[in-house]
Amino acid sequence: MKQTSLYKTHQAAGATLVPFAGWEMPVSYAGTVSEVAATRTAAGIFDVSHMGEVTVTGDSAFDFVQSVTTNDVSKLIPGKAQYSLLLNEQGGIIDDIIVYCRATNDYLIVLNAGCKDKDWDWLQAQALGRPHLMLADISDQTALIAVQGPLAVEKLNLFVTLGDLSDTQRFHFAEAILNHEPYVEFGGSGEYRTVNVTVSRTGYTGEDGVEIFCHWNDAPLIWDAFVKAGVTPAGLGARDVLRLEAAYPLYGHELDDTNFPAASGTGWAVKMKKGEFIGRDALQAGTPAEQLVGIRMEGRAIPREHYAVTDAAGRRVGETTSGTWSPTLKAGIAMARLHSEAAAPGTDVFVDIRGRQAPAKVVKLPFYRNGV
Amino acid sequence: MPEPTDLLYAKTHEWVRIESDTATIGISQHAQEELGDVALVLLPEAGRMVQRGEKFGEIESIKAVSDLYAPVSGEVTEVNALLETAPEKVNDAPYGDGWMLKIRMTQPADADLLLSSTDYDAML
Repeated sequence: MKQTSLYKTHQAAGATLVPFAGWEMPVSYAGTVSEVAATRTAAGIFDVSHMGEVTVTGDSAFDFVQSVTTNDVSKLIPGKAQYSLLLNEQGGIIDDIIVYCRATNDYLIVLNAGCKDKDWDWLQAQALGRPHLMLADISDQTALIAVQGPLAVEKLNLFVTLGDLSDTQRFHFAEAILNHEPYVEFGGSGEYRTVNVTVSRTGYTGEDGVEIFCHWNDAPLIWDAFVKAGVTPAGLGARDVLRLEAAYPLYGHELDDTNFPAASGTGWAVKMKKGEFIGRDALQAGTPAEQLVGIRMEGRAIPREHYAVTDAAGRRVGETTSGTWSPTLKAGIAMARLHSEAAAPGTDVFVDIRGRQAPAKVVKLPFYRNGV
Repeated sequence: MPEPTDLLYAKTHEWVRIESDTATIGISQHAQEELGDVALVLLPEAGRMVQRGEKFGEIESIKAVSDLYAPVSGEVTEVNALLETAPEKVNDAPYGDGWMLKIRMTQPADADLLLSSTDYDAML
């Protein structure tokens, strides 16, 4: 089981650590509900160092990234990032990713931890024989910390010595130097030094916030400084509730290697007009009969993943892909892949909750998103 | 943290307070900690008969679903209605406001099959 450089920090904070995608990760510290509330009302800090990072450089880097991802890389300029997908030839999703343009022909791709190894093999296979192209897996050197919530940028600016990152727009990023001045020393152990980071105005919570890339060994310094500044440590449990409330898809739940993007709520990230890319021919074959929708339970009931959804006449129209109790909305919520006939917001449906037919409504996604 | 000594416990983590022929039932401090934030408690209606070891309800936290088992046999005489709107009481006060059922016991000898707090703590 792999551990991030924050493992000891999580242990010392009393976190409950669980296996996740080959990593031992914190699922919660003080409790999921309080961590969700802290992120929605102030700021939460998340260790997401388990995610993969790959760089693509060389004179044909643009052509390569354009050909293996679905979004239009020509829209990127240095300092800008985009959500995108890696598709297989059949139009199924290999992974959902973020592509960062660092300079002309210089890209950073962030991958899901659970997909990283297969993504890396796939990318290398696609790169085979292409001249002027270099791929590097920098996951082992790169830590990633998310600071999310309405106070996230304010907290970050306590530590920024160069520039004001409140000017950095959503899906933009910048290099920065973090310092202890004027707030607190890093680490609480008298260690005073600056830390070079890349700060990206992105996140997976539906709140304003940033993701901070740093050297693997610098993560504990940054983490401790934010926690001292009053930012609440939050685990994978809170992250899952927050992303579900904000209707962000999760690989292995909403996204998989057989369903098309249009059936997974990610069709917007596919730019058919940009030209050739892997999977494009398969997608041209047609629109899927299913789409991803939101479901909100009418009474107090909690839908979980893979629960059958039926229409008012009792016909099966699809199944849930993720579900939870939303502490923010005080309701059971789910995302579900439903037949298009049953997918219109306002449609009455039933969720089979372990044999009980619980009434629910199809609703517009996201369930909740604030500040972005 | 040790569990209260004046209660009896089932191996399935329910606690029981016996006063004459009435058993008040909830889940232990240990059980609520393991579950995490409780979001829903599904309980039977008053009047239902339950058998010792029978599933009488479900408790759901953000992360998990667990069955609740009757530690004694008898008739459900009262259900804690507060848990319908405030299930988090199971976390906040598992031995107080977080109680679940009162059962009029039909088999008083059921109590002999439950664990003392010492034995329950030892099992954890």
